[in-house]
Amino acid sequence: MGEGVGQLSISTAPFLKSGLSTRRLMWEVVGALVPVVIAATWFFGISALLVVVVSCGGALLTEWTFNTDRRSLGSLFDGSALLTGLLLALTLPPSIPLWMAFLGGVVAIALGKTIWGGLGQNLFNPALVGRAFLQAAFPLTLTTWAAPRGGFFDVEPSTLALPLTQVADVTTTATPLGMAKFEGTVTGILPLLLGNTAGSLGETVAILLIACGLYLGFRRAFDWRLPVSTMLTVAAVSGFLHLIDPDKYPGAQFMVLSGGLLFGAVFMVTDPVTTPITPRGAWIFGLGVGLLVVLIRLFGGLPEGVMYSILLMNSVTPLINRFTQPRRFGV
Amino acid sequence: MSPLSLARASSFRHGIHPEEMKELTRALPIERVPFVKEYVLPLSQHTGAPSRPLVGPGTRVRRGEMIAAPDGYISTAQHAPVTGRVTGIELRPHPMGRRVPSIVIEIDPFDSQRLDRDIPPELDSLPVSDVIRRVQEAGLVGLGGAAFPSHVKLQLPDGKHAQFVILNGCECEPYLTCDHRVMVERPQAVIGGLRIIMQMVGAEVGYVGVEQNKPDAIAALREAVSADPKIRIMPLEVKYPQGAEKMLIDAIFQKEVPSGKLPLDLEIVVNNVGTAVALTDLFEHGKPLVERVVTVTGPGVRRPANLMVPIGTSLEAVLEHCGGLHPETRQVIMGGPMMGMAQKTLDVPIIKGISGVLALTEPAAILEEEPCIRCGRCLEACPMFLNPSRLAALVRNDGVEGLQPLGMLDCCECASCSFVCPSHIPLVQLMRVGKAMVRQQSGK
Repeated sequence: MGEGVGQLSISTAPFLKSGLSTRRLMWEVVGALVPVVIAATWFFGISALLVVVVSCGGALLTEWTFNTDRRSLGSLFDGSALLTGLLLALTLPPSIPLWMAFLGGVVAIALGKTIWGGLGQNLFNPALVGRAFLQAAFPLTLTTWAAPRGGFFDVEPSTLALPLTQVADVTTTATPLGMAKFEGTVTGILPLLLGNTAGSLGETVAILLIACGLYLGFRRAFDWRLPVSTMLTVAAVSGFLHLIDPDKYPGAQFMVLSGGLLFGAVFMVTDPVTTPITPRGAWIFGLGVGLLVVLIRLFGGLPEGVMYSILLMNSVTPLINRFTQPRRFGV
Repeated sequence: MSPLSLARASSFRHGIHPEEMKELTRALPIERVPFVKEYVLPLSQHTGAPSRPLVGPGTRVRRGEMIAAPDGYISTAQHAPVTGRVTGIELRPHPMGRRVPSIVIEIDPFDSQRLDRDIPPELDSLPVSDVIRRVQEAGLVGLGGAAFPSHVKLQLPDGKHAQFVILNGCECEPYLTCDHRVMVERPQAVIGGLRIIMQMVGAEVGYVGVEQNKPDAIAALREAVSADPKIRIMPLEVKYPQGAEKMLIDAIFQKEVPSGKLPLDLEIVVNNVGTAVALTDLFEHGKPLVERVVTVTGPGVRRPANLMVPIGTSLEAVLEHCGGLHPETRQVIMGGPMMGMAQKTLDVPIIKGISGVLALTEPAAILEEEPCIRCGRCLEACPMFLNPSRLAALVRNDGVEGLQPLGMLDCCECASCSFVCPSHIPLVQLMRVGKAMVRQQSGK
């Protein structure tokens, strides 16, 4: 040994690392969601914040309950369970009773993640599993949209409803997609961009979601192909339909900016675990999501279809991976 | 990386951009390490069969004298790095981790240490087989790291032709600057060596691939070439692993060496710039391989340097010449940071394939593994376009039959996958295990 040098440690190459970590990636996305939560609170009042808090609480508590090994605290703070709770909350309507949001967080982690074997093993996006569960269990509540209001400290009475009680009446309004589908009125671009519309907590302020997407994209927090391909497909297909029959089909800008598409494209389609690992697979995944979204919105019975589109494409991700392995060098 | 320079320099696809860390030593001229008391020469310093010792305890040897002969075709000779006396053939630690039979020489402190040279071989008049034998007897190996015996590369198998010779001056490993300094300080010898290789293999055109971060080397080489239209200096993008043989060929010719094939199948011969200089030294001065240039660097080294080190000098002596190690040093690596080997003792010799010594103050590689989140970064780093994530999962689950269809043996172990993995999965180690699994199975 050289003078003054202690034990030399042995490890294998490489001795340089990029400095990136899964944890940091998760927290990066959590950070990008903070402005979205603030916007939701701004538009829907303090009750929106309560929904976010209980949904995250449900997710974290479930993660902690199921992960009993020594990594439990680690996985609690790796940001992934918090991220799932946040993502779920931001897809819920503002008037949802808090206990439902909590239950959604529990289901998202329990059935969406831990039952598959934890982080990295799940087939479906956990937050969307939670939301799909809530939509199936409480279809009415999940499609009741409170109008955005200014009163910051006004708690939406329905949010405080207890389990199994009648949900209090909500001053409801229709989402831009609902109006387009059932009333034939297309909301203008400006309200969509600025968020003065009804909708789920995190989906209404398009301009903010675009900013978050650009931020995460430039930070290389996700595979940019996924959101780009999703949005391009929706824009192209709906733009084409609009050309054929402008009265029946709304334009591409409306289709991209309304509903949960931007939120889904920036935060859900970009979940690395449940989307293809191959670059070509990423394009195909986005294409599939985009096509399904247009199909459900314009030809299906529901006004919105981002959640089901992503879940459906999640289910074929292993298949896409299998058929899009990169062409090897020199083959 | 500006779009302009992308347009200017060619490269391969994928790969990574680690911090270069070359500023520690890139401007430092090569200096000689003073002679020390003892030299240790492992009989296996090269790829292939170990050399056969020609000396025994007590034998007096002269600097440059052959002390071990090649033992077979893929084997090479070894020479005394100093004048002195053989004290024994003992088991000594080897930089690759085992204890191997090594010739130990004690220096004669009163000798002038003049190099015992042969008459340089006549490239133009000697038959090819004699020239090849002289290269083998001079102990020449590839100085880029793999230490593959040079004569094997220079003798084309029957029916094979070579049109092109590429000299590898990329030096894409972070920290290392020994090739850089050789190109700056001995550009004539580099180009001379290139001409020797071209003549030996009958190639018409020669290239030197140099990463763009060495503009002084590019300028020096261009001046050395002057107006020879048959030799081209190729500036290449700064990207790891630009110096991997197949990546280098892709960058220069935009051609992929087919999977399982060699550069020679594309009529290309690739050699390191250091090897070219060793060939010049042999053919112009009759000098066998008794020393090499080593970069000693890293935050743990008090006085980083580029050194001319006699083969067999101990790591400890080399570090001492560089002012010793900082007390915070935690890891000492032989080779570069991407593909080198961590040492547990400083009692190992510098051997022919060692291009760098790196002392790190924090062991970077010890990070807790997290589950794979299938982010795909390893796929976009792999220069061979493999799927390291999938291969690693197969290796861990003993899915050996699934490995080769996914190109397991194409892996060049550049460690780009491990570098980028945010979950700190030991991907390149698993790739090595996977390659061994495939070889073992096909050997059955």
